[in-house]
Amino acid sequence: MWAAEMVHRVGLQMLRQGRASPQSCCSLLGVKSAQNYTDKATEVVLDKMGSVSSTASAKDKDSPSEVKSKSFAVGMFKGQLTTEQVFPYPSVLNEEQMQFLKELVGPVSRFFEEVNDPAKNDSLEKVEDSTMQGLKELGAFGLQVPSELGGVGLCNTQYARLVEIVGMHDLAVGIVLGAHQSIGFKGILLFGTDAQKKKYLPKLASGENLAAFCLTEPSSGSDAASIRTTAVPSSCGKYYTLNGSKLWISNGGLAEIFTVFAKTPLKDASSGAVKEKITAFVVERSFGGVTNGPGEKKMGIKASNTAEVYFDGVQVPTENVLGEVGGGFKVAMHILNNGRFGMAAALAGTMKSIIAKAVDHAANRTQFGDKIHNFGLIQEKLARMAVLQYVTESMAYLVSSNMDQGFKDFQIEAAISKIFGSEAAWTVTDECIQIMGGMGFMKEPGVEKVLRDLRIFRIFEGTNDILRLFVALQGCMDKGKELTSLGKALKNPFGNAGLLLGEAGKQFRRRTGLGSNLSLRGIVHPDLSRSGELAVGALEQFATVVEAKLIKYKKEIINEQFLLHRLADSAIDLYAMAVVLSRASRSLSEGHPTAQHEKMLCDTWCIEAAARVRETMASLQSDPQQHQLFRNFKGISQAMVEKGGVVTNNPLGF
Amino acid sequence: MAELRALVGVKRVIDYAVKIRVKPDKTGVVTDGVKHSMNPFCEIAVEEAVRLKEKKLVKEVIAVSCGPKQCQETIRTALAMGADRGIHVEVPESEAEQLGPLQVSRVLAALAQKEKAGLVLLGKQAIDDDCNQTGQMTAAMLDWPQGTFASKLSLEGDKLTVEREIDGGLETIRLKLPAVVTADLRLNEPRYATLPNIMKAKKKKIEVVKPGDLGVDTSSRISVLSVEDPPQRTAGLKVETSEDLVARLKEAGHV
Repeated sequence: MWAAEMVHRVGLQMLRQGRASPQSCCSLLGVKSAQNYTDKATEVVLDKMGSVSSTASAKDKDSPSEVKSKSFAVGMFKGQLTTEQVFPYPSVLNEEQMQFLKELVGPVSRFFEEVNDPAKNDSLEKVEDSTMQGLKELGAFGLQVPSELGGVGLCNTQYARLVEIVGMHDLAVGIVLGAHQSIGFKGILLFGTDAQKKKYLPKLASGENLAAFCLTEPSSGSDAASIRTTAVPSSCGKYYTLNGSKLWISNGGLAEIFTVFAKTPLKDASSGAVKEKITAFVVERSFGGVTNGPGEKKMGIKASNTAEVYFDGVQVPTENVLGEVGGGFKVAMHILNNGRFGMAAALAGTMKSIIAKAVDHAANRTQFGDKIHNFGLIQEKLARMAVLQYVTESMAYLVSSNMDQGFKDFQIEAAISKIFGSEAAWTVTDECIQIMGGMGFMKEPGVEKVLRDLRIFRIFEGTNDILRLFVALQGCMDKGKELTSLGKALKNPFGNAGLLLGEAGKQFRRRTGLGSNLSLRGIVHPDLSRSGELAVGALEQFATVVEAKLIKYKKEIINEQFLLHRLADSAIDLYAMAVVLSRASRSLSEGHPTAQHEKMLCDTWCIEAAARVRETMASLQSDPQQHQLFRNFKGISQAMVEKGGVVTNNPLGF
Repeated sequence: MAELRALVGVKRVIDYAVKIRVKPDKTGVVTDGVKHSMNPFCEIAVEEAVRLKEKKLVKEVIAVSCGPKQCQETIRTALAMGADRGIHVEVPESEAEQLGPLQVSRVLAALAQKEKAGLVLLGKQAIDDDCNQTGQMTAAMLDWPQGTFASKLSLEGDKLTVEREIDGGLETIRLKLPAVVTADLRLNEPRYATLPNIMKAKKKKIEVVKPGDLGVDTSSRISVLSVEDPPQRTAGLKVETSEDLVARLKEAGHV
């Protein structure tokens, strides 16, 4: 899972490409024609950003503008309400799936309540042997493997529900399970040939073999394309020889099966030039030459084994190439994109159990002659915690449902759910400790362990910072394509009257403050119409700024990280608003017993999120001090680097 | 004795971890939207039957439950634990409240004969009504020997040795099959239904019958007058000296 930091690579690669060869990022604005989608620059911007699906679909079309994304997040950047994936809140499980899931929830919960001991795992720095054995028997290692191959055959939504239970109890065990099936062998599930599936999945599903995902290297963290591990084909063409070492590999010391990314020489068919491209391999420890270092000492998720893995002249049969030769990035991105919802689901569970502890303390602790939950300071904390949990949970199941519905364009949403979930869980747990006061700081209540375990979630599987760049740039890219086709249309106005009337008209109205007639009326429940308006208003402001900034910076927008950071924050707020509006609307229409409570959660979120977006956008749009601020960030930071730390002296002068 | 068939009763009860609430009209407890699961003593009985099957001492394990449709979930759990098939004796929700030990024991006795079971394994009691009567009544209906409160069980041929937990110690008895055994807490530690087994259990059959089909009348001659919460504990009081304590106790008529 550590290796999954590769998304880092994306941002930096984009930046480097952007600087070194400005032309190569034209695709950001859709300037290049379709065939260029195969060139290196686009691969960098698209593939490595994880937009595998949209790239694939774009390839088939002559004009990018014909590709209509169904992603709500993509729509936000264009000032559109693309509601199909968000409204109404989907219910994807059929009766049988629902019934089966209900039967699974009991035993899994019970296992974690009665058998697993999180504190003991933490102090042992491994999952207790008996618990590990129990998890294997439980079937927890093959949740999404098809039943005919020995797994439980769950869809993403069913998986999310069970992972939520794991997250409620022990995130470290969650990582052992997740590193195994969410990334370790997910590649075999997604890209494996029938033969690979039959050979590997049964023993992986039973837990007899553990799996690990190997991408990160000592000199290649965020910059994943700089990996040095090589796989050289033999002259007989029967195998590859793998050499290199991989760092911070979850399950690295336990795994038998590794998904390994390595550079392979690839001959370009047309030019004949040999280029190095990344290829994914399924590597067995039993091939020989696979060794690992000792388990790393860590801040949290201590029970999860994290180790360096070395490949020394490992002979990997050709049939163990995963996906296409040279298609390793696509494989890695698909694996990561497909796993993010699971983190959001697990963290929603974590928040649920942490909130229960906070509430228990607040309801029973007396100070100043009153239970502390009667004090406004505590009430605000508890309420915010509930809102954050509600948003995360709603996102997790919306993304899992979208995936189960067969939508392909969910990578921005998946990234948002990972960012949001990991930060929300951190805030919630931190506030729980605050509510519990000194008690929360003690080991015994078990909250400090959760805080330690949680910290890594903002770092691995793509740091939240890189993912923010991804969210902003991916969104801007689609908007850029639209602007480019508008540009083309302007050259031939008569042939594109419809496009001009539709798009340019909309932009004109937005710019002149007439509003673009967007509305969620009839889509959100009438009781939520006020919040719906807030969301739409914020979305319009956001889209206006995106458009203005794209026109101003064009492809150079990739170098504007201060701006991108703010766009990403607002995109996250906007998507979160849409998600809770959708879920609360469903609860209101279906008359759920908690519908009125959900309305409060939803309204609370929308009021604050819309205000944040409004303020951020207003600053970006017209605040002259904003530039001053960005310049200062840069200046202060540069001076610090020169000085090797804080620049100023002590006020005493020595 | 590999032909032995074991019939195991599995009762659907409110989960042990749920805080029980009494209905405002005092006719019973709130069951709507409340988590239910298999009675823990029935789980022990299922586990024991499955272990006997794994030792090849029993040929088939049949799980039976009486009550509304949701009882099938409880039967599914038993199937996931290793029972071979299920029988759901369907009694509509409205009539299910009438089911007491007498009615259920009649059903079980009829089924034991119909299915040619040689061993009826039940929990010693259910955690909802705490009756502790069904096993005994079933044995009486069938006129079979009974080994109640079993904490150890061994089977050799048609001889069954049962260690029973009784006041002040253990009693070991030997029964001749067919017999009725009820499980006590220490008989075994039931396994968890694993996800693959839950999946396999979906393919196992549950036969649905009505009490009438078995010739059993489930009407009851007992009517519940009132169900109430246990009385709230009243606050205690602190005394300063032992003299004070004695005086208070005398006052209250305790000494």
